[in-house]
Amino acid sequence: MLKIKDLHVSVEGRKILDGLDLEVPSGEVHAIMGPNGSGKSTLAQVLAGREGFEVSGAVEWDGVDLLSLPAEERARRGLFLAFQYPVEIPGVSNAYFLRSAVNAVRRYRGEKELDAMDFLKRVKAEMQTVGMSEEFLYRSVNEGFSGGEKKRNEVLQMALLEPKLAILDETDSGLDIDALRIVADGVNRLRSPERSMIVITHYQRLLDYIVPDRVHVLSRGRIVRSGDRELALELEKRGYGWLEEERRKEPRGVGQR
Amino acid sequence: MSAVQGWVDTFRAEAQRLPGAKLPWLAGARARAIERFAALGWPTNKLEKWRHTSLALLAQQEFAVPPVDRVDLAAGALAQLRQGAEAGHWLVFIDGQFAPGLSDIGTLPAGACVDSLAGALAQRPERLEAVYGDAEEGESPAALNLALAGDGAYIELARGVAIEAPIHLVFVGGVSKGTQLVRNFIVADDGAQVTVVEHYIGRDDATSFTNTVTRVRAGRDARVTHLKLQQESAQAFHLAALDAVQARGAYFASHSLAFGARLARNDISSRLEGEGGEALLNGLYHVDGKRHVDHYTRLDHNSPRCTSRELYRGILDGTGRGVFTGRIYVAPGAVKTDAEQRSDSLLLSAGAESDARPELEIYNDDVKCAHGSTVGQIDETGLFYLRSRGLDEQHARNLLVYAFAAEVLARIGERSLRSSAAAAIRARIPGGQLLEALA
Amino acid sequence: MSTSTEQLERFLKREYVAGFETPIEADTLPKGLSEDIIRAISAKKGEPDWLLEWRLQAYRQWLKMTPPTWAHIHHPPIDFQDIVYYAAPKKKADGPKSLDEVDPELLRTYEKLGVPLHERARLAGVAVDAVFDSVSVATTFKEQLAAHGIIFCSFSEAVREHPELVRQYLGTVVPPGDNFYAALNSAVFSDGSFVYVPKGVKCPMELSTYFRINARDTGQFERTLIIADEGAQVSYLEGCTAPMRDENQLHAAVVELVALEGAKIKYSTVQNWYPGDENGVGGIYNFVTKRGECRGARSHISWTQVETGSAITWKYPSVILRGDESIGEFYSVALTNHYQQADTGTKMIHMGRNTRSTIISKGISAGHGSNTYRGMVRVTPKAVGARNYTQCDSLLIGDKCAAHTFPVIEARHPSAHIEHEATTSRIGEDQLFYAMQRGLSAEDAVSMIVSGFCKEVFKELPMEFAVEAQNLLGVSLEGSVG
Repeated sequence: MLKIKDLHVSVEGRKILDGLDLEVPSGEVHAIMGPNGSGKSTLAQVLAGREGFEVSGAVEWDGVDLLSLPAEERARRGLFLAFQYPVEIPGVSNAYFLRSAVNAVRRYRGEKELDAMDFLKRVKAEMQTVGMSEEFLYRSVNEGFSGGEKKRNEVLQMALLEPKLAILDETDSGLDIDALRIVADGVNRLRSPERSMIVITHYQRLLDYIVPDRVHVLSRGRIVRSGDRELALELEKRGYGWLEEERRKEPRGVGQR
Repeated sequence: MSAVQGWVDTFRAEAQRLPGAKLPWLAGARARAIERFAALGWPTNKLEKWRHTSLALLAQQEFAVPPVDRVDLAAGALAQLRQGAEAGHWLVFIDGQFAPGLSDIGTLPAGACVDSLAGALAQRPERLEAVYGDAEEGESPAALNLALAGDGAYIELARGVAIEAPIHLVFVGGVSKGTQLVRNFIVADDGAQVTVVEHYIGRDDATSFTNTVTRVRAGRDARVTHLKLQQESAQAFHLAALDAVQARGAYFASHSLAFGARLARNDISSRLEGEGGEALLNGLYHVDGKRHVDHYTRLDHNSPRCTSRELYRGILDGTGRGVFTGRIYVAPGAVKTDAEQRSDSLLLSAGAESDARPELEIYNDDVKCAHGSTVGQIDETGLFYLRSRGLDEQHARNLLVYAFAAEVLARIGERSLRSSAAAAIRARIPGGQLLEALA
Repeated sequence: MSTSTEQLERFLKREYVAGFETPIEADTLPKGLSEDIIRAISAKKGEPDWLLEWRLQAYRQWLKMTPPTWAHIHHPPIDFQDIVYYAAPKKKADGPKSLDEVDPELLRTYEKLGVPLHERARLAGVAVDAVFDSVSVATTFKEQLAAHGIIFCSFSEAVREHPELVRQYLGTVVPPGDNFYAALNSAVFSDGSFVYVPKGVKCPMELSTYFRINARDTGQFERTLIIADEGAQVSYLEGCTAPMRDENQLHAAVVELVALEGAKIKYSTVQNWYPGDENGVGGIYNFVTKRGECRGARSHISWTQVETGSAITWKYPSVILRGDESIGEFYSVALTNHYQQADTGTKMIHMGRNTRSTIISKGISAGHGSNTYRGMVRVTPKAVGARNYTQCDSLLIGDKCAAHTFPVIEARHPSAHIEHEATTSRIGEDQLFYAMQRGLSAEDAVSMIVSGFCKEVFKELPMEFAVEAQNLLGVSLEGSVG
C-alpha cells in the first residue's frame, strides 16, 4: 500500500507538485495521466528518491516513511522505477550491472547471492521472454541501444528485481506498436496480488495493453480527477483542456480518492 | 645532481664511459645535446609548452647516477607483472641498465632484432646512426636524455616481419635519489608489425628521476602499437618523450597510462609523413595526493588522407593536477584529413586541478577536424540510475569512475594488455578491488 | 571543386565602400611619443593633474614592456615613433555646442557612412557618439538620455563634467599596465565614449559610437568606459571604418565595462576597419583590449562582435565573473579574407559562486586569411558551481587559408562543469550541390550556408545592426536569421 499525502515538490523555487494526494493499494495497477509539464515524471523521480528536489508532505509505503530512505534502500525494499530515458553507462557491461543490482537486492533481503552461473541462467531465461538477444548482456548498459531496446532492458530489470511497487514512467514513449506490445506483455506477466504498479503515460494507447484498475489525471501538480478505465477513454476524446478548465473553476481540485 | 651545472659536470665525467662513446657521430650529438640542455635549462611555465608544468622543483632535487645495482629486488615485481601474461618477450632494465639475467627475450622470427641499446650500439652502430635523433629535437629534457642515456631497448623488424606477442620492456627504477636515463627504439620496416609495452615500476617511496625517450619509425603499411604503463613511486619524477614517424599507410597507436609519479610529463607526438596513415593517441591518467601528470601531445598531418583519433581522460583526486595539451596540425596540402580529439576530466575532490588545451592548427580547407573537452563530475543521473537499482552510493560512484576510465581501456586492442591496464586502474581508484569482476 | 572555390572567392571579393577620405584640415601633434607629447595631449584636452599623472605612469610602465609575440599574427615591427598620436578636425573655439555647429564636411562623412547625425535623419531609437580621429565630434540624444539620469558623452567631456565617476572607475578593469597596447592606450588615449546608467534605470534606447580614422599616419587610441549601476541595463554598439591607404595604421583601444549588482551590459561591435587590399597592402592593425567585470551579484555582461575588417585583429573581449550568479557571454563572428589575420577570442574568469559563461565563436577564413580563436576559461578555487559552455567552429573557404583553435581550460573547483566543442570544416560540395540542385544560385547557396553558420551569433545583435553585419559578410541573409 502506497499513501501519498499533501506532497509538495519544487525545483529551484519553481513549484511542480502542489499538494498531491494518492493511494495505491497492493496488487492494483493505477494509471497517472496528464499533459506535458503536469509533474508526472517528477512524481516518479521523487518516489524513487532522486535528489535535488525540495520535498514536503508524507509518503507512507509498506509501513515506512518512504521519503526518509535513500534511493538504493527504496530499490532494495522493492520499489522499481522504469526510467523514461534509461541512462547510458558506457564502460559497464549490462551483465555486471544487472548482477550487481540483483545481488544488492538479494543481500538486503537476506537471500543468498546468485553466483555467476545461476545468474546467467536466470537472466538468459528472462531475456528470452522480453525478446532480447544475449548479445545485450555484454554490451555497455543502454549504450547504443535503440529506444525499444532500452525499454526492454528496463522491463528485464524489473523482472529480475521482482519489485513490490513498480513505477513505469512513460514506458510507451518512442515505441512502435510491436515494441509496445512486447513491453506491455512483459509488464502484464509481472502483475500479481503482491505487486502494485503505477503506469505514467501521456496517451491512453498504452492502457489498451496494460489495463489499469484506476486512472488519475494530474494537472498542475495535483490529481484533478480519478476514475476507472472509462476516464482514460474520455480523455482521449476530449483532451486535457476541459479538466484544466474545471480546475480553474474549482481551485481545490475534485474527485480525489 | 639536478641543477643544470651538475648534469653538465656529470656529462664531462661520464661521457667517455657511455656505451658508444667511441662513435664519432654519437659523441658529437651528445656533446651538442648537453650544450643545448645547458643553454635551455629546465623548462619553466614561462614557456608556452610548459604553461601548466614547471620543472623548477626538479632543479632543487639532488640525484645521482646510481651505482649499478644488481641486487635483484626487481625479481619479485617482475614475477607479479608476468603472472597471467603471455610468455612473449621480456626485457628488464634496472636503474636504466639492461639486466640479461632477469630478461627472457624468447623466440623471435627471422628478421627481428630485439636487443639492449648498449648491445645494439656495439653490434650495429650504423643502423642506430640513422634513427638516434638530433640534439636539436624535442624539449630540453630530451636533449639531456640524448646526452646521457646509455641503455634502453632496440627493436628492429625487417620488411614484412610480424612479432605476434607483445614485447615487454620493464624498467625498474628508483633506488632513492637514483636516476634512469633510457632511450628506446622501435624501427618497423614496410609491412612489419609489433606491439611494445613499457612498464615503469618504482620502488617504495623513492625520490627517483626517470628520463626516457622512445623513438618509433613505422615504414609503409607497418603497424606499431605502443603501450606505456607508468606506475612509479609517488615521489618520483618522470619525464618522457615518445616520437613517432609514420610512412604511407602506416598505423601507429600510443596508449599512455599514467598512474604514478610525483611529477610526470609525457611529450607524445606522431608525424604522418605518408598518405593514408592512421594514428591513435589514447591516454588515461590518475592523480591524487599532490601528484601532477602532464601530457603534451601533438599530431602532425603532413600528408593527404590520414586519419587520427585522440582520446584522453583524467581522474583527478586529492590536490592532484592533471594537464592535457593536444595539438592537431594540418599542413597545407594534407587534404582529406580526418582528425578527432576528445579530452575529458573527472574532478573528484576540492583542490584537484585540471588544465586542458585542445588545439587545432589548420592550413587547408579540405579537412574534417573536431575536438571536444569537458571538465565535470560524476554524472548524477547515472548515479541515481544505479542507486535506484539497489547499488549503494559508494559502490555506484566507484563504478562510474571506473566506467569513465574503461572507455579509454576499450581502445586497447590486445586483450591481455587491456586486462592488465584495467587491473592497474582498479588498483588506483577507491573501492577498485570490489570491481574485480567487471567484464 | 575548383569551380565552387572560384565562385566562393569571387563572391568574397566585395568592395570596401567606406574607403574614402574626408578633405578636412586637421590639428595634429608631431609624430612620435614622449612625455612631452603626452603632456601636450593632456593640455589640449584641459585635463586635471591626476589624469596627466595617470597617463605618465602608464607611459613609464609601457617603456619597460615589449609587444606581445604569442599571438598567431605576423607583421613587421611597428615604429612607435612614426605615429601621430593626436589628430583632430580644426575647429573654432571650444568645439561645437550643438549639431548645427559641427563642420558640414564631417556631417557629410557620417551621412556617407550611413550614420546620419542630424536628429531628424537619425537612426530610429539609437543615440550616437561620433568619434573622428582623436576626438568626439558629436553626440546625439544627450538631453533625452539625461532625463533618465543617463550620462552618454565623449570621454573628454566626462573628464570635465563627471571627474569623480571617471576617477572612480578608470583603469579598474583594465589596469594601465595590463599589457603592452593597453599601457600605450592609457598613456595617449585621446577620446572615446563614456556611459553611466544610474541605479535601476533601463536605458530606453541603443547607445552607439561610430569610430572613424581619417588622418594619415595617425593612430587611434580611444577609451570607452561603461558603468551600469545596480539593476541598470544598457545595450551599446560600436562601428568602425577607415579610408583605404597603402600604409598600415594602428588602432589600440581600451574598453572597460563595470556591471554592478543585477546590472546588464550588452556590448556589440561591428568592426569594419579598412582590411587592406587583396594583396595584403595597407589596412588597420586593430590591437584592442576589451574587458568587463561583473562586479555585483547577478550581473550580466554580454559581448557580441562581428569582425570583418582590419588587416590584423588582436582582441579578446573578456569577462571577470566576480559577482555570485553572474553571467558572461561572448558571441563572435570573425571573417578573414585575402591576407587578413585575426587572433581573437575571450577569457571567462569565474570567481563568484554559481557563475555561468557561454562562448560561441564562428571563424570564417577565405583567400590567404588566417583566423585564430584563442580563449581561456578559468574556474578559480572559490568559484563553486561554475558552468561554461564553449563552441568554436571554423569554416574554411579555399585551400590557402588557415584556421586555428587555441583554448585553455583551467578548472580549480570540483563542482566546475566545462564543455568545449570545436569543429573545422569547409563548405561541403554536397551542401552546395544539394542547394543548387534545388534551384539556388551558387551565391545564394553560399550565402545560406554562411548565414546558417553564423546564425547563433547574429541573433545576439540588436536588430538594426544584424542587417548591417550580414551585409558586411557580403551575404544576403533574408529569412534565414531568426
